[in-house]
Amino acid sequence: MLRVFWCILSRDLTLAMRRRTDVLTTLFFFVIVVSLFPLGVGTESKALQIIGPGVVWVAALLASMLALERLFAADYEDGTLEQMLLTAQPLSLLVLAKVTAHWILTGLPLVLIAPLVGMQFQLTDNAIIIMMLALLVGTPILSLIGAIGAALTLGLRGGGILLSLLILPLYIPILVYGSGAVEVSRIALADTQPYFALLGAFLLVALIFAPVASSAALKISLE
Amino acid sequence: MTLNWFKFASPASFYPIAGRLIPVFWILTLLLLAIGLYWGFFETASKLGGSNPQKEYYRIIFIHVPSAWMSMWLYIVLVGWAAIGLVFNTRLSFMMANAVAPTGAIFTFLALWTGAFWGRPSWGTYWDWDPRLTSELVLFFLYIGYIALHSAIDDTRRADRASALLAIVGLIMVPVIFWSINCPDPNQCAALHQRSNLTRIDGNILFSMLTMTLAFWMYGFAATFMRLRSIILTREAENTWVQELLNARRQA
Repeated sequence: MLRVFWCILSRDLTLAMRRRTDVLTTLFFFVIVVSLFPLGVGTESKALQIIGPGVVWVAALLASMLALERLFAADYEDGTLEQMLLTAQPLSLLVLAKVTAHWILTGLPLVLIAPLVGMQFQLTDNAIIIMMLALLVGTPILSLIGAIGAALTLGLRGGGILLSLLILPLYIPILVYGSGAVEVSRIALADTQPYFALLGAFLLVALIFAPVASSAALKISLE
Repeated sequence: MTLNWFKFASPASFYPIAGRLIPVFWILTLLLLAIGLYWGFFETASKLGGSNPQKEYYRIIFIHVPSAWMSMWLYIVLVGWAAIGLVFNTRLSFMMANAVAPTGAIFTFLALWTGAFWGRPSWGTYWDWDPRLTSELVLFFLYIGYIALHSAIDDTRRADRASALLAIVGLIMVPVIFWSINCPDPNQCAALHQRSNLTRIDGNILFSMLTMTLAFWMYGFAATFMRLRSIILTREAENTWVQELLNARRQA
C-alpha cells in the first residue's frame, strides 16, 4: 500500500517538475499579494507589524486555494482519474498521495518564502520563526480540506470561483489560530503552545477524515 | 398496522400530501404570529433590564432570537435530509434538503439584519466581530455555498449528492468554526453577547418569543413544502403522473 502512495507521489512531483511555471505562479501570487498590502495600507512599521500575520495567512489561504483547481483537473481531463477509481487500491490513499504532492508543490514553498515576506512586514526574528512553524503545520490542513472542494467542483464551469465560495468558510479556524500564534509571539512571555496544539489537532483530524471525504466526493463527481 | 414510510418517499405520493398540508401550516403560522406579536407588543414590559434599561427597541428580540434559532435548526434539518438521501438514495430527501436551503438562508439573513438594528441602540454599533455574529455569518456562507454548488451542476443527481456531501462536511466544521471564533486566543476567551439563560427571562417575553419561534417554524414548513412541490413538478415533468395532473387541471 505504501508503494502505491510513493508511486502517485513521485508521479505527481515529476509531472509538476516538467512544468515548473505552475509551481512558481502560486509562489509569486503569494509574494505579490503580500507586497500589495504595505502599498495600500501605508508603510508605517507599527501598523505593518500588527496586520502582518493576518495578511500573510490570508494570502497563503488564497494562494493554496487558487492552486487547488489543478489538483484533480489534469487527471480528470485525460481520464487518469477514472483509472485510479477503478484500481483495487483504496481511493483515499491515492487522494492522500495527490494531496501530499500538492502540498509539497504549493504549501512548502510558502513556508520557505515566509521569512522574506515577514521581513517586509518588519516582524521580529522570533515572530518569523513562529510564522514558519505555523505555516508548516497549517498549510497541509488547507490542502486537505481544499481537496474536498476541488473534488466536488471537478469539471464545472467557473469551478474556481465556486471553489472559493465553498472552501474559504471552512478555512476560518486555520486562519484564526495560524495568525493568532504569530500575533501572540510578538508579546514577550506569551505562550504560543496552545495554538500549535490546536493546529496539530486539526492536522491529525484532517489527515484522517479529509481523504475519505474527498474520495467520496470524487466518486460522486465521476459517477 | 405497520406504516410503510417509503410509500411517502415517492414524490408522486408526497406531492398531494404536501398540497393538503400547506394551508394547515399557513393557518398555524398566521395564528401563532398574531398571538406572538400581540403578546410581544402589548403584554410585555416597555423596558428591559435594571440600571441601564433597554427601551422599546428590545422587542426586536421577538424576531431576532426565533430567526437565529430557526437558521441553525434548518441547517441541521438540511443536513439530516441530505444524509438520508445519501444513505437510502431517495430522491425526495434530496428535494427536501434543496427546498429547505433558501428558507434557512433567509432566516440567517434576517437574524443578522435584525441583530444589526438591535446592536446599534444597545451596543452602539451595527456590527461587531462577536463570536455569535461571526458564526451566524459563516452559517450564511455555508447556506450560500450549498445553494451555489447545487445550482452550478447541471446533472441533478450529481448536484444532489455533491451538495449533500458539502452540507455534511459543513456541519462537522460548524462546531470547530464556532469554537475558533469564540475563543481566538486559547489562553483566554471573551464575548460581547451575553450568555443566553432562558430561565431568567420574564415569563411574558419568553412566551411571545417561543410563540414567534413556533410561528417561524410553521412558516418554514409552509414555505419548504411550497418550494418542494415546485421542485417535484420540475424534476418529474416527464413522468406520466405529472402529465395526468396537468390534463386534469386543464379539463377543470
